[in-house]
Order: sequence, then C-alpha cells, then structure tokens
Amino acid sequence: MKMFTPKTTVKSKAKMDVTHSLMAHFPAPDGTDWLSKARADATARVNAMGLPIARDEYWKYTDPAPMNATDPMFSGPSAASDVFTGADAVTITLIDGVVQGDLPKVDGLEIALLSDAAQADIHWVQDTFGVLEAASQGNVERPYAALNTAIATQGVFINVTGEVKTPVRLVYGSDGGQCNLHHVVKLAAGASATLLEEGTMAARSTSVTEVVVEDAATFDHLRLMMDVADRQTVTHIFSRLGEESTFRSFTLTSEGALTRNEAVIDINGDNATAHIAGACLGDGDFHHDDTVFVTHDAVDCESRQVFKKVLRNGATGVFQGKILVKPGAQKTDGYQISQSLLLDDDSQFLAKPELEIYADDVACSHGSTSGAIDEDALFYLRSRGVPYGTAVDLLTLSFLAEAIEEIADDRLAEIVLAHLEETLSARR
Amino acid sequence: MDDLQVKDGVDAETVEQVKALSGTYKYGWDTEIEMEYAPKGLSEDIVRLISSKNDEPQWMLDWRLAAYRRWLELKEPDWAMVDYPEIDFQDQYYYARPASMVEKPKSLDEVDPKLLETYNKLGIPLKEQALLAGVEAPEDERKVAVDAVFDSVSVGTTFQAELKKAGVIFCSISEAIKNHPELVQKYLGTVVPASDNYYATLNSAVFSDGSFVYIPPGVRCPMELSTYFRINAENTGQFERTLIIADKESYVSYLEGCTAPQRDVAQLHAAVVELVLLDDAEIKYSTVQNWFPGDENGKGGIYNFVTKRADCRGARSKVMWTQVETGSAVTWKYPSCILRGDDSQGEFYSIAIANNHQQADTGTKMIHLGKNTKSRIVSKGISAGVAQNTYRGQVTMHPRAKESRNYTQCDSLLIGDKCGAHTVPYIEVKNNSSRVEHEATTSKVDDDQLFYCRSRGMDEEEAVALVVNGFCKEVLQALPMEFAMEAQQLVAISLEGSVG
Repeated sequence: MKMFTPKTTVKSKAKMDVTHSLMAHFPAPDGTDWLSKARADATARVNAMGLPIARDEYWKYTDPAPMNATDPMFSGPSAASDVFTGADAVTITLIDGVVQGDLPKVDGLEIALLSDAAQADIHWVQDTFGVLEAASQGNVERPYAALNTAIATQGVFINVTGEVKTPVRLVYGSDGGQCNLHHVVKLAAGASATLLEEGTMAARSTSVTEVVVEDAATFDHLRLMMDVADRQTVTHIFSRLGEESTFRSFTLTSEGALTRNEAVIDINGDNATAHIAGACLGDGDFHHDDTVFVTHDAVDCESRQVFKKVLRNGATGVFQGKILVKPGAQKTDGYQISQSLLLDDDSQFLAKPELEIYADDVACSHGSTSGAIDEDALFYLRSRGVPYGTAVDLLTLSFLAEAIEEIADDRLAEIVLAHLEETLSARR
Repeated sequence: MDDLQVKDGVDAETVEQVKALSGTYKYGWDTEIEMEYAPKGLSEDIVRLISSKNDEPQWMLDWRLAAYRRWLELKEPDWAMVDYPEIDFQDQYYYARPASMVEKPKSLDEVDPKLLETYNKLGIPLKEQALLAGVEAPEDERKVAVDAVFDSVSVGTTFQAELKKAGVIFCSISEAIKNHPELVQKYLGTVVPASDNYYATLNSAVFSDGSFVYIPPGVRCPMELSTYFRINAENTGQFERTLIIADKESYVSYLEGCTAPQRDVAQLHAAVVELVLLDDAEIKYSTVQNWFPGDENGKGGIYNFVTKRADCRGARSKVMWTQVETGSAVTWKYPSCILRGDDSQGEFYSIAIANNHQQADTGTKMIHLGKNTKSRIVSKGISAGVAQNTYRGQVTMHPRAKESRNYTQCDSLLIGDKCGAHTVPYIEVKNNSSRVEHEATTSKVDDDQLFYCRSRGMDEEEAVALVVNGFCKEVLQALPMEFAMEAQQLVAISLEGSVG
C-alpha cells in the first residue's frame, strides 16, 4: 500500500553555500581501504543533502547555525566527569576525542577504536559503520550524522557476544576543542550490555552511535550531558532491533547552549521493545532538542518515548517525536509523552509530537503538556514547613520521576537520581 | 434496493430511511442548465472580466489584480500529506453562471425553476413559503435564511426583509461590494490577507461570489443563516468568499453546506472565509462538507483547498468552528482562531471521514495573543478503504498571552488495514502561566463493541456506523440540531463499503 514519501528539503543557494564552505575543510578521502570508502560515500551524502539551515522544517525549533560555523569555537576546559565512578564499570576516557591510556579487557566483549580501524581487520564493524546512518537518510535527512561518518576521527567499537554484566563507561572531558566521535555497538543474538556515557565531548562536537541489537539481545544506554554551559553538540543514536530484543536509552542533560539529541530506532523484529527517555534541567542560555523517530516494521512490538523538561531563566526545550507504524506492523503499542515544567515566564517549550500510522490493529497515543509548577502542591509543602527552594526541588524531582523510572537498573537509577539532586541543590 | 425484503415488525419509516441512506453519492446528479462561461484559463483579463461581470468598483478590481500578481510569484504548498496529480490552473473555468442569471432576477419568483428544483432536490427550501403565504412560522419552528451559490453566482437569498428589520445584513458578497462598500473595504482581507497563501491568493484574485454577513452591535441574529454551495458546471473551479462581521455584543449562527455532481475529472474548490469578532461578539460557524469525493477507484472528486480564519479582535469574543468533512477527494483545510482580544475563546470541533481514495489533511490553529484566552480542540478522524487522514494543528501561546489555556484532543479511528491515520500537532508555549494539554490516540473500531451490536441483529455496516457515530458524539453534539441529524446520516453513508 501507499505511504507518503516525505518531501526532501529545498536545496536553496543559502543551504548549499553553507555546506560548501564547511565541507571545504573536509575533502573526501581517496584511500582504497573500507573506511576511506565509507567516508567518501558519507561526504557525497552531505554534499547531496546540504547541511541544515534555520528554514528547514526538521530544524524548525532549533537554529543549526552554530554547528555550521567554519571558525571553531573554543570554551573553557572541562574535567573528565566522574558520576558513574561507583558503577563498577570499565572506563575509556576521551579528552576532546583523544583516547587516554589503554583499552580495558572484558570477557564477552571485543573493543576496538576507529583510529585503528583502517589498519586492523575489524570485519564485524564494516557492515555497520555508516550503514545504519545511511539507511536512515530515506525518511528524513540527517546531514550532521552523515557529516560525522565522513569526518569522525575517533570512536569506540564494541562487539558483544555474551551476557556482559560490567558496563562499559565512556568518560568525556575537554580542553575546549572540537571533536566528532562515531561509536558502533553490536550485540549478538541473546547478548546483553550496558553503555554509560558522561561528560562534555568538546566545545563543539557531533557524535553518532550505531547500535545493532540482534534477536533476543538487550542494550541499555545511560548518558549524562553536563559540565560546560556554552558547549554545542548534535548527537545521533541509530538502532536496528531484531526479534524479541530490547533497547533502552536514557539521557539527562543539565548544561549546553545547544544540544540536539536524535534517536532513530528501526524495530524490525517481532516482539521487540524500545524505550527512549530523557530528562533535562535547563537554566539560562540553554537550548535542548530531543528529536526521536521510531519506526515500527514488525508485529507485536512496543515503543515508549518519555521526555521531561524543566526550564528556567530563558531556557528553551524542544521535542520532536514521531511514531511511524508501517503497513502490516499490527499489534503495535506506541506511547509518547513530552512534558515541560516552566519555572518562569521567560522559558519556552516547543513540541511537535507526530503519529503516522498505516496499520489498524494498533494502540498508539501521545500526550504533551506544558505549564507552571502546581501552586497547590507548593502551598501544601510550604504549609508543612518545607522551605521554598526544597519544595520546588521536590516537585521538580517528582515531575522528572516518570523519565527516570525508565532506567531499568536500580543501582544506576540511584546514581542518576543522586546526581540530579546534587545538581538541583547546587542551583538553588 | 427496490426488492428490499421487509421483515415483520419493521415499520415503513425505517424502510424509507434505509432507502434514503443507500446509494453511493446521493448528490451526484447534475442539472442540465444553460451556462455562461468565461474563457478557460487564468490571466489578468479573466480577473478584469470577473470584476466587470459583477459591476465592481475600481478599488475591488485593483485589489484582485494585486492578488493575481502576487499569486504568480507564489508556489503551491507541498507540506500536506496529500498526493494528487499536478493541477493545471489554465485548464479551468474561473467563471460560470446560469444563463438565466445574466439579468439578475428581482425576486426568487424570477429565478429559473430548474435552479430552484436543484436546491429542492438537495433539500434546501429556497422559497420563503411561509412568508409568501402571509403566515408567520409557528413559534417553535426555527427559521433558517439561505444564500444559495450555484457555481460562480449567488442565486438567491431568503428572508432578506425579515433580517433587515433586525438590522442584519445578509446578502451575496457581490451585492455587498455594491451596497455596503464601506464595510467590505474595512474588513475584506484583514483576517486572511490577499497574500496569505497560494490558494487564498488565488481566491482573492478570482472569487466570484459568496456570502456577506454583518450583525450590528447588540443584535442577536433572529434566525440561523446558511449558505449552500453547489458546483454544477464541468471543469469549473468554485472560489467563494465569505465575510462575516459580528459587531459588539452580537451573535450569529452560520451554517454552510456543499455538494457537487459526480464527474470523472477532479474539480477545484478554493474558498476563503473570514470572521471578524468585536468585543463580546459570538459566531458559531458550522460546516457540513459533502463535495463529491470521487468514485471507489479514486476517479474525479473535488480538490478542496480552503482557508478559514476567525479574528477575535474584541475582548470576550467567542468563536466556534464545527466541521463535518465527509466529501472531497483532497481536503486541505485549517479553520483557525486568532485570539487577540483578552478573555476571548476559540473552539474547534471536527469530524473528518476519509473513505476509498479520499485524502484529508485538516486541523486548526489556535494563536493565543490576548491574556486569559481559552481554546479547545476536539478532532475525530476516521479512515477507511485506502484513505489517508491527517490532523495538522498548531497551538501557540505568545509571551503576553498570560493565564491562557488550551486543551486538545485528537482521536483517530482506522477501519481496515490499508488506510492511514496521522497526527501532526505543533505546540509552542512561550510563557509559564499558560497551560497547554494535548492528547491523541489512534486505534481501530473496537471488536467488542462491534460484536455487541452484531449480536443484537445489526449487520456489519450498521454496527460500524453506530460505533463511529458514538466515537464522534462530542462533535455531533456541537452542531445545530438540523445539521446534527444530517451529519449522523452522512457518517453512515460515507463509510458504506468500508467493511466486509
């Protein structure tokens, strides 16, 4: 049956000028190895699509101009982050995208780096690197993801073959430079793994994480984005889910002049589950954009999108979420909620929650709300002797709770919650 | 249907009703009537011709020409989720009128009986029978004044004298341009500017007729006003323009109905409706849109590109849009409310049914500019066959629209696994004292409910119609009574052939 083919963005002269002036810094590689070929293909994709500009529909609420600027932006240094220190994880530290020290060794895991990929024969990464990104360009154009494939200088490749209990933790720090990271995670049938990310990758960064979750495999992802207020980043997670597999991703963002987190999830196997959640605490010069695109192309699958934003002092929160249910994807259970709590009159919340459904036996719903803190609840707490600041924090936490509950591992959820409480009290 | 087996205990009325409901498109016949056309195609000359046919003053012609020149620079919008073959705007007649209307009849008695017959067939009494017979209508019988538009011209407006007594002006827009130029000049194009969008701009250049309503301050319009649009001629686009002005503390309820004959070739309809509300005014605008939807194979049908907007300029003004969209091959329509006055209110109730190859992309915009403004959106979309149905809406709370409220609910129902239902809302909140709530669901017709109806002896189509009517109840209740009855039947007819 017929589905709508999305309109491609207009290749205006302004758009192509921006694209050419940035791409002039990144000529396509002409090597004959697989990586050079993948990069050359991605460069061609960027040049064909053009980089996003403010007039593009998919960038309606977020101005991409800072990402297109040719003069690099530098900001203050940011120490390597240490929130997940107690999570019993193996750690890889990257400062401005440069790996510090040796790679850890864990049973059931094979870990390699993008910087070694051209030389080493890492055949398992070749059918994934840039492949999920390229496949996603059909329904909406995602030029920064293609740009990342073309120019990323580093990335961590993880091949998971068994049930791995020890999380892999990527710790980021920055001396104020730029970086582009491209990670690949592959989970074999029945395998499971947890990826933790924390800190600031660089003053300006892009990242792409491609995750292949084979049948009955489970992938958990937790990410904390904080530390440097004026950093700018655009991240993409692409995932393809097999039968009875599980994908869960949660992101907490508390700093950043520009954050655009895209999650592009293709549910290809029956009975699979995808949960994507995010919480953010925006203060002042803060622009946070969650853009999620979940495609259901199998029967009996479930997807959840839970996004909560607390904004104050002129912060802006954006949510663009979409559930696409393809013809034949019967018994789909799709849920999407985006809510914002505006703590003052200067902040704003902009949302575009979309459903596109071509199968009848489905239950899909979305909700979106925006409003101020509940005066009655605040009064109740104050009347019980809770000081104003503590009362606001309590109500903020209860507002964010639904998103935090999406974290499956209780211990990790506690670490995130403690970090959240600390951040709130530091800002009071 | 003629050999309908009547079971015991089924009364004649039920049989009649079933008969009335059967058949695919009830209004598919056309009236053989001598027409006068302007040459095919669109150019400045055609715009001048339309203007001169209506004996328009120079300012009106200038306005049209400015719109036409602007239109040449615009591009057809392509963001809606509708696919249709490219429209050749030069392959259309932009002006057609029944030959008998060349000399405007002085009263309805002089109107070509064939025209009146057409409207009678549609169930719209144009004759002011009660008045002609010299009897006042009984107290409890509601009177509805009708302005009937046939292709490009208004063929008659009823109850004008009685409305005049109340100070209400209800006439065709071409008459208003002649008789009330000061009102038309003051308000035309102030809600939907001539350069608003591709189709509105086209309409501004070539609109030939439509309705004009002015309700003076403090007047509650004594009867419901109604316009009936009919596209009859082949290859003719209909471009009507409606302008309603509700002055301070006035009230009017306005009904709009549309049909067209069954034709193989798609026809174009691009209307503009502007509502102006001053302090404490209230307008209720109800539409039952039943343009020919094309046949089961998607051949023919009306392309319906409509711009409707209400400007709540005055404080405490209130507008209510209610629409039942069952017809048209392609619908592109977003009745909107600009809530400019403090404490103003906007409401939007919609049922959009798309069956067979129909495509509907419809919704609303609620732009909150004034303080303490309120809006409510209730949208029910039903898709069947291989149809596509999209709700597209926007709710914006501007920084100075403090303490405002919006509640949006859009539900979609899918009948069959080959159709699509889509929701594309834009929500923009720019202050924190306002509350915005949006919820949307998509599901199929509930099997348990269907089973319940079937077990009570209903056939599958009746059962679906009943369940769907229940699904739409909130919107049907918002319609004026006569329309609600018609709409309920329409819901059933529109879904014919969608099950089994």
